[in-house]
Amino acid sequence: MDFTEDQIQRYSRHILLQDVGPEGQEKISQAKVLMVGAGGLGAPAALYLAAAGVGTIGIIDGDVVDLSNLQRQIIHFTPDVGKAKVTSAQEKINLLNPDVRVEVYPYLLNASNALEIIGKYDFVVDGTDNFPVKFLINDACVLAGKPFSHGGILRFQGQTMTWLPGHACYRCVFQAPPPPNLVPTCSEAGVLGAIAGMLGTIQAAEALKFITGVGELLTDRLLTFDARSMEFRNVKVKSNAHCGVCGEHPTILQPEDYAQATCELKQT
Amino acid sequence: MGKIVVNGKLQEQETPLLLSELIRLNNVQNPEMVSVQVNGAFVDRTAFGLTELSEGDEVDFLYFMGGGSRC
Repeated sequence: MDFTEDQIQRYSRHILLQDVGPEGQEKISQAKVLMVGAGGLGAPAALYLAAAGVGTIGIIDGDVVDLSNLQRQIIHFTPDVGKAKVTSAQEKINLLNPDVRVEVYPYLLNASNALEIIGKYDFVVDGTDNFPVKFLINDACVLAGKPFSHGGILRFQGQTMTWLPGHACYRCVFQAPPPPNLVPTCSEAGVLGAIAGMLGTIQAAEALKFITGVGELLTDRLLTFDARSMEFRNVKVKSNAHCGVCGEHPTILQPEDYAQATCELKQT
Repeated sequence: MGKIVVNGKLQEQETPLLLSELIRLNNVQNPEMVSVQVNGAFVDRTAFGLTELSEGDEVDFLYFMGGGSRC
């Protein structure tokens, strides 16, 4: 692909980077990244990936923009309240960078559509707020051999890890979804809005590192931080031989749906 | 007393100590909310009360964290 003069100017700060250069920018332009969720994590991640010129960004989200989202979901603006999140996100991405092709899926990711949708992309960003879908993303990506970034935030804390085939997966670390209603969601316990930006931009950086092959990904490590102390910690994690999806005797051979208890709580 | 490293920080605890007791002493509200590594290996939740910790052990509490968008 030959870049136009405008594109050379637009992406000049990437092209200047020795480890990226025109070759890396071309890889970015041809990459396809799926955002599962256009909320707190998906919003900043999608904006940075769009700005970076990622060729195709897929967004799956069945929700509409709520006034309470705007404190952190920076891809959505006040006039978007009531609009489908995928539509709102698509509009902003188009405005930010018309080079990006946006594919939208205005519904929920589930066991029956996960493999098909994930299969169209090179990298998946988990930006969901609930554990059933986090485990679904993990299982579908592991089964499909699709690299992905896990992200979670709550109150003042965040955590993220990147999965590539052969490395420890989310299920290796957390085994199975917690009992419904036990772990509070951001809508119940609150979250400092900027935390979403901190975590979502780390996920975007991981996606761009994967695409360009730069550096070392957050594999076999869970990065955790607490914004109250601004302490960041890399916790080494190992593949778990008992993991249900990537262990020695896997019991999960296809994606599974789990009860969506955390979502019901939010809707009441 | 013995030193146990919890989430990268030294804690003085009476050792030997059961992992379930360390979880209680660290005010983990519900053990089902935490995934625990001892010296780099995950401990099954059913084994929290059977796992004995000793001087120098490194324990990581990793919490379930959601966030993002409902989808």
